[in-house]
Amino acid sequence: MLRNTKDGYGLVAIVLHWTLAVLVIGQIGLGLAMLRVADKRLSFDLIQWHKSIGLLILALFVLRLAWRLANPQPAPEASLKRWEKTASAAVHRLLYALLLALPLSGWALVSASVLGIPTLVFGLFLLPHLPVEVSEAGEAFWRSTHHLLAFAAILLIAGHILAALRHRILLRDHVLQRMLRPVGARKRERT
Amino acid sequence: MLQRMAIIAAFLLLALPLRAQAPSLADAAGRYVLTPQGSRLSFSVPAAGGRAIRGRFVRFAGRIDIPADNIERARVIITIFPESVATGERRVDNFLKSNAVFDVAHEHEITFRSTAVHRTGAATATVEGSLTARGHTFRETFRVRLAEFGRGRARFHVEGRVLRSRYGMDVGTPLYSNVVDFDMDLAARRG
Repeated sequence: MLRNTKDGYGLVAIVLHWTLAVLVIGQIGLGLAMLRVADKRLSFDLIQWHKSIGLLILALFVLRLAWRLANPQPAPEASLKRWEKTASAAVHRLLYALLLALPLSGWALVSASVLGIPTLVFGLFLLPHLPVEVSEAGEAFWRSTHHLLAFAAILLIAGHILAALRHRILLRDHVLQRMLRPVGARKRERT
Repeated sequence: MLQRMAIIAAFLLLALPLRAQAPSLADAAGRYVLTPQGSRLSFSVPAAGGRAIRGRFVRFAGRIDIPADNIERARVIITIFPESVATGERRVDNFLKSNAVFDVAHEHEITFRSTAVHRTGAATATVEGSLTARGHTFRETFRVRLAEFGRGRARFHVEGRVLRSRYGMDVGTPLYSNVVDFDMDLAARRG
């Protein structure tokens, strides 16, 4: 089943979730690596990839947000305790906020940079700069913001992954399963 | 009164830096050494939809020999020291000096040696020669105009386009053009 139901996630939501998961984790690794490699040529190329992937993440996140608004939100697993439901909802909201704020802050950083380096997304089209102040101070502000948000995302994603593994390995419930198989397929398996 | 006018006229003549009328290459025959005063070795690399990288080389050396009997036997040798590249932006300078572009840690000089001169006008010529950078040598052609000449000094205006990828400096293409536009003023004194 493509669409979500009250019982679980549909194929589209699952594909978007895992695609974004791979891209975001890869993007964080790329972001950490590109600033640390000694080879300046490689560093420049990695930064251009980081910018392109960041825009792809933003586009997919907007699609995911639209899909979520257009679909029923599956009810939490009945076995979850109240604090787990609260924590889960809070982490999900924060992750959504970060998935929006991180690419936008990166875009603002590129736009505020006094270097004025254009963004040629995957070598296909030029991304215009955001209307932010171009200055050393503006660039420093957006760099700090982007880095802070990235480290917050690392902590939240780590918590999200650990929580999913806890449900799978320790509690042996169906929380992780809901994001692995679409709702229609799981129902057929049970019957 | 006449004596005062003569003194003023003498001052005016001395104040004229170089010959006012259009100079001719034939008049400028002789051996010259490049001087930093009055010279400007500028280059620019256009960017796709963005600000071009504009810079110059501060340190260079060279000589120009123009035989009186045949302008087309003129010889030009110029050595540029790439660690002196200056764009007005420290981060861009450091990037240009890094292994991504000039690799000044290992490559200390860029040299041009003329191999042929073709006169195209009274004060203009095209100069062909071998340009060597980062261990690669290719034939390049520059347009030269004798802009000023007089009192043992000459200023040559030089324009040319060089494909940087041939010299192992293709970082950032196609975001930044493969073509480097040179627009240079070479001041020289007889020596």
